[in-house]
Amino acid sequence: MAADFGSETVDVVVVGAGPAGMNAAMRTARAGLKTVLIDEQDAVGGQIYRGIGRADARRKEILGPDYAAGAAAADAFAASGARHVTNASVWQVTRERGVNYLKDGKIGSFDAQRVILASGALERPFPIPGWTLPGVLTAGAAQILLKSAGEVPAAPPVLAGCGPLLYLLGWQYVRAGVPIRALVDTTRHEDRWRAKRHVFAALRAWPFLSKGLQLIRTLREAGVPIFEAADDLRVEGRIGTDHVERAAALHFTTQGTAHRIEADVILLHQGVVPNTQFTQALRATHHWDNGQLCFTPQVDAWGELDVPGIFVAGDGAGIGGAQAAALQGSLAGLAASAQLDAITASLRDTEATQHRRALADVMRIRPFLDSLYRPRDINRIPRDETIVCRCEEVTAGELRKFVELGCVGPNQAKSFGRCGMGPCQGRMCGLTVTEVIAQARRVSPAEVGYYRIRPPIKPLTLGELAGE
Amino acid sequence: MTSQSTHTLFKPLAGAQGAAATNVDIWFNDQPLTVPGGRSVAAALLASGVSRFRATPVSGAPRAPYCMMGACFECLVEIDGVPSRQSCMVEVKAGMRIRSQEGARDLPPVTDAPLENIHGR
Amino acid sequence: MTSTSSVRPDVLVLGGGLVGSAVAYGLAREGARVTVLDEDDGGLRASRGNFGLVWIQGKGYGLSPYARWSRSSATRWSLLAEALLKETGVDVALRQPGGFHFCFNDDELAEREKRLSTLQDELGDYPYQMLDAAEVRARIPQIGPDVIGASYTPMDGHVNPLKLLRGLHTAMQARGVRLVSGERAERIEPQGNGFIVHGTRGTYRAARVVLAAGLGNRALAPFVGLNAPVAPNRGQVLVSERVTQFLDYPTLNVRQTDEGTVQFGDSMEEVGFNDFTTTHVLADIARRGVRAFPLLQHVRLVRMWAALRVYSPDGFPIYDQSVKHPGAFVVTCHSGVTLAAAHALRVAPWIMGTPMPEELPNFSARRFEHARELTPVH
Repeated sequence: MAADFGSETVDVVVVGAGPAGMNAAMRTARAGLKTVLIDEQDAVGGQIYRGIGRADARRKEILGPDYAAGAAAADAFAASGARHVTNASVWQVTRERGVNYLKDGKIGSFDAQRVILASGALERPFPIPGWTLPGVLTAGAAQILLKSAGEVPAAPPVLAGCGPLLYLLGWQYVRAGVPIRALVDTTRHEDRWRAKRHVFAALRAWPFLSKGLQLIRTLREAGVPIFEAADDLRVEGRIGTDHVERAAALHFTTQGTAHRIEADVILLHQGVVPNTQFTQALRATHHWDNGQLCFTPQVDAWGELDVPGIFVAGDGAGIGGAQAAALQGSLAGLAASAQLDAITASLRDTEATQHRRALADVMRIRPFLDSLYRPRDINRIPRDETIVCRCEEVTAGELRKFVELGCVGPNQAKSFGRCGMGPCQGRMCGLTVTEVIAQARRVSPAEVGYYRIRPPIKPLTLGELAGE
Repeated sequence: MTSQSTHTLFKPLAGAQGAAATNVDIWFNDQPLTVPGGRSVAAALLASGVSRFRATPVSGAPRAPYCMMGACFECLVEIDGVPSRQSCMVEVKAGMRIRSQEGARDLPPVTDAPLENIHGR
Repeated sequence: MTSTSSVRPDVLVLGGGLVGSAVAYGLAREGARVTVLDEDDGGLRASRGNFGLVWIQGKGYGLSPYARWSRSSATRWSLLAEALLKETGVDVALRQPGGFHFCFNDDELAEREKRLSTLQDELGDYPYQMLDAAEVRARIPQIGPDVIGASYTPMDGHVNPLKLLRGLHTAMQARGVRLVSGERAERIEPQGNGFIVHGTRGTYRAARVVLAAGLGNRALAPFVGLNAPVAPNRGQVLVSERVTQFLDYPTLNVRQTDEGTVQFGDSMEEVGFNDFTTTHVLADIARRGVRAFPLLQHVRLVRMWAALRVYSPDGFPIYDQSVKHPGAFVVTCHSGVTLAAAHALRVAPWIMGTPMPEELPNFSARRFEHARELTPVH
């Protein structure tokens, strides 16, 4: 393969320019290794620090101090000597550490000694009736619009779901002077009680908790209507004068009372999950994490997969947030550097000690947060009439019929009903399909497994592959 | 029949960078449209009255951006004659000819005409 | 899943892919009680990795009974499609408008002519046409200038293989076939009056057993005195997004599915049990695709995959009943789509005791016992 495409040999390729990727690339570059950081955007930052290079003071103020901290990382990366390949979408990483990408309409390829995958997280699917209507977006999408385009909803939106990112978005809107129609929180009292089991973790995690409480307090003080323990979420559509149906209102119940809140922008969020497209395509071993309700790749203490020479750092290895991602990036960079004899094992271990301590501190709160913000079963395993696969418009009911027909897993379901065969390659439906099948078969998601993921991880055209 | 004001889902944040962006002139479904520049096509369209980006190939259902990060593939439009572009991943440029993607993508007709002029409708 | 019968089945079919389920469906039509053992979701499953062609032209070069056998399936295919539609409501989208094999240079054209004219000489009834570029373009206006000609036969067609698998599964279960999923046969124990199959999850007994486990047949066959020397042959395929319908005819390397996606393929590699894709092979497939249909240049590829064909040493099927243990059968081929009708309508009755179809003795594995130079043909 190398000869056909004039593939370039380097020491380390890092995929993804968020906090994990930046730190990994900085460390291997500092060790003197020929390092390439490749990313599909035109600047560093990933999603969490998206647009950090171009944000003015006002925008940084709105987005908050965590976002602004990304600027330091971006500056440090710029000074590191690592090569940054921008606007390049990686469409395949092979087990032999080939990294195939598309840039400016041409395919290119790196042959690397070590690959560090840092492609972060995706929003967890939120399949409720009406979630495919125009006007329904994720909270992450709203943040991207704010970070990269300085745009906010034209009319007061409804925010619905659970998790810190949802409250953070609300807080950012309040600071920006954007009125919010309602915050509809699906967290229940049972979740809080369950979370209290992790009370010791919670105590150490007080700084995080107090921040979370402050977010919500800000919202209440701004007069945002907040509903808790919301159930039966459904988006109502309305057909406009142009005969197009769009989102018009969010229905839900709280303690038996039905509510209907009008909005043409409805922002959904119930946590983020690891982006496992690359690791699944590599056929690395994955495990079902019952606390985080997702598949995570199996990695050792340095982030190395059971595919030799390929590491994962950041949310792609398991949700931990930006600080954890940065630390894991450093650890993977250290490990790769030592494996390539660019630093000694002793130096690697010395540096790693402080990272591990910090990482342990940051990760201590995770079980608590996972428990507290556990997405509701009904919002992950929906009723029959709800669309599960957005691309191919397959409903949960149709999927359950495949199980009745003898489908034991998502790949058979894919072949029976095209579920998961659309352009998003299962990003919007994979976890839902696994859990629906698991529930229908009364087995664990671990036993059901996940879609077989195949390249291209990002689209490319026939002509681009042909080399036209 | 440009009903922009009723279907503008997003707007530039007053007093911030967003509002100060230079506008660019583009075409959407053969209608001239002025949109804020310096952002993705998706963001530009959302701020300019466009809330239906495509109709699905399976049922013709209307769709619009959902994730804004290149994962959901709902924001597909045709840009300058090339269908199936993820509008959240492409920066808006002056003069762009953008069309909503109606179902399965079109193929260019079998002529020698350059790609830009292929759509007579 | 259907009700599990406590009565012993008449036939155990090992493998629930296109071959096993076609045979099981046919057996059920013959009134047999059938249990199918099918692997788990992650199995290699050639049934999920094929092109969907119901293809006749060129097959059997070197063994013309294979051409007759394939054709006998193609002519019965509409019966199978109608039955599945009637019994399950699943439309497998069978279209048999004839198929094209494009040629890009004179050597290819000459080779094609030689192959097809030889088959016609041997078989008599074997309609085909050699077409020049203008004649091809008259039928398929979108072909590119590099296509200098093609062979065409009215015998060829295509189907939606995933819907076929689903239809067969639905139909067979509606007829009482018991499907045991997540099960793999590990060992077969011939007994006086039948066979015991030991699976990973359970044990099964029947008077007859059919080995339809694809590449798994190799290890299972010796248990019942059969030989199934099959090995993997990798084919790689590109799949595009949906595009407006432009191509009704199947062609060997490019076809448009009933859902609008376009598939590109036809590579062959012997790389063992490796179903990963490789860039240079896929790039070759892409180049051939663009040469054939330049208008597809900007179409997005949504999926690249590789699957393992179940290949005998000469590429032809293996059909055998065990002499040592009568009642044990092996049914294996790499054209499970084309041969689905023959499997359901001609092989199944043979398994239940009707005379062997006249083409089948040619496909016994005994032909490998005197192995000479065997070149795999398509």
